[in-house]
Amino acid sequence: MATATPERTVTPAGGDDQQLNPKARRSVGGTLLSVLAWIVGIGFFFPILWMVLTAFKQEADAYTTPPKLFFSPTLDQFRAVFDAGIGPYLLNSLFATVVSTILVLVLATPAAYAVSLRPVKKVQDVLFFFISTKMLPVVAAIVPIYVVVNDIGMLDNIWTLIVLYTAMNLPIAVWMMRSFFQEVPKELLEAASMDGASLARSLREVVLPVISPGMAATALICVIFAWNEFFFAVNLTAARAATVPVFLVGFITSEGLYFAKLCAAATMAALPVVIAGWIAQNKLVQGLSFGAVK
Amino acid sequence: MAEVEFDQASRIYTPGAKPAVNRLDLIIDDGEFVVLVGPSGSGKSTALRMLAGLEEIDAGQIRIGGKNMVGVASRDRDIAMVFQNYALYPNKTVGENMAFPLKMRGVDKAVQQEKVKAAADILGLTDYLDRKPRALSGGQRQRVAMGRAIVREPQVFLMDEPLSNLDAKMRVSTRTEIAAMQRRLGVTTVYVTHDQVEAMTMGDRVALLKDGALQQFATPAELYDKPANVFVAGFIGSPAMNLFTLPVGAEGVRIGSSDLALPGSLHSRISSAGQDTITLGIRPEQWAVGGDNGDGAGGVKAQVDVVEELGSDAFLYAHLDDEKQTPVVVRSAGRSGARRGDQIALTPTSEDLHLFSPETGERL
Repeated sequence: MATATPERTVTPAGGDDQQLNPKARRSVGGTLLSVLAWIVGIGFFFPILWMVLTAFKQEADAYTTPPKLFFSPTLDQFRAVFDAGIGPYLLNSLFATVVSTILVLVLATPAAYAVSLRPVKKVQDVLFFFISTKMLPVVAAIVPIYVVVNDIGMLDNIWTLIVLYTAMNLPIAVWMMRSFFQEVPKELLEAASMDGASLARSLREVVLPVISPGMAATALICVIFAWNEFFFAVNLTAARAATVPVFLVGFITSEGLYFAKLCAAATMAALPVVIAGWIAQNKLVQGLSFGAVK
Repeated sequence: MAEVEFDQASRIYTPGAKPAVNRLDLIIDDGEFVVLVGPSGSGKSTALRMLAGLEEIDAGQIRIGGKNMVGVASRDRDIAMVFQNYALYPNKTVGENMAFPLKMRGVDKAVQQEKVKAAADILGLTDYLDRKPRALSGGQRQRVAMGRAIVREPQVFLMDEPLSNLDAKMRVSTRTEIAAMQRRLGVTTVYVTHDQVEAMTMGDRVALLKDGALQQFATPAELYDKPANVFVAGFIGSPAMNLFTLPVGAEGVRIGSSDLALPGSLHSRISSAGQDTITLGIRPEQWAVGGDNGDGAGGVKAQVDVVEELGSDAFLYAHLDDEKQTPVVVRSAGRSGARRGDQIALTPTSEDLHLFSPETGERL
């Protein structure tokens, strides 16, 4: 208390800013932090930018050092990727992702309700069981899974992937949905039940609208994980049920030297997730702060 | 509309522990406004939630209109509840919120609209029907919650501290509105509050609970004038009643070194009780204040610590001139000139002082 100099402001390292007033010091710190954030952001974004730009180049332009920023864009590479037959893989990925995500949400919502708003007995054990299924490395599980899938004749079948993706995402979805359910004031359910709604009805009409941003976030996570899943897909599928990541890897092997074509394929593989994120963004931002009671 | 009956109703959270609500007996008449009041942990909210079907009835019965409600789901009890935090559905508009109970009961759309409109008129919400709850003020949300309860014309209204999220001024005006509306609709109402002023001003009758047990169930006036025990005496009234446990003397009771002469009828009540000591209750307004100039002769000496000047009245917080320096609260006329440190002499003015057994706390 002896000195009036505020000590709490964040200052960058450096000794000669003692004479600046606190506000100026904070703005110097803020500027440095912004610059740092931009550097990190560009560092993350640059490879993606390079990938997207390269996808629109001719193969000849793709190899120049430094990379050409100005060139005449072409869709040739995308055409080539389609010619190489990405179409069925895209459809497989889309089908597996959408169906598994819907299944996850349908199963995770009642499960999350049962571990949050009206918790079952031993709820901690139940939660631990869910998350414990994620502890076994997939690599360790693949042999028994392969044997079972092979025995029931489901190899190279898209429904095998759907079941596995659902199982893979379910624990995470239950945990996520649980935390969103817990934000719902229990009086809302009580009010709905007094107003004459059945449990199913009050969940559908009262709780789900409140947690819809949370459901969107959960769905997005499931979409991302399912879309990007590679290990199951590469081991359990072949020609008929293979997904985009499998195609990409095959494409690298066959077209490894053609950067522009590879970038076009990679861009197409990344695009659906970006679009899903962009669609969900509104919902996500819209109201994770539930203004339900206050 | 219906009579509500608690018949030895108990809620026991952990077997063996003290019940949250212990053998509660209440008979609430058709159309009556009953307030459940008590300190926190008294079981008043639990009792209401048992009636609502949100808590189990572990023993005894609760009957609505003569029908036993044990095992009956909330939605089949034909009751409506206003929650402390209103519990409005945030994704529905005001109109949809109010129509929800009708919709759930399959009421015709046109009838829904009509009833919502009528309720909105009564509550002054007509201009807000298309808004979401988050765009409303606290008082408006409270009225939407009321509206959602009244559109359905239930047998019983339940209200769980519906005013506690409002500011002081809103609370007073809404208090009057709710009481007036209840009287007009004539629906049996059970209202929970921890605020004894709300209890006294709103209820036809008030049930005072403590530790899950009913202390007294009576009209506000009776609760104030004839508290059944020391707890009721201390809880109802603000500032609280002065309670002294005193030895019985020849002419009354002894406070410190002086005899406190009591009015004749009171003295005979004490003698007939045959007690050596007695708990005497004197409300702040049941004292006459004299100064040290002799007009308070025969009174109890006290010294003023704090003067709370309210305009029409002033409350003097003083301590008696005995070894324990027992605190005492006295109401005097406003701007009577009493100051901190003044010596005053106090004389009980009323014959309606309150006598309690020091052992049981029960009224004598």
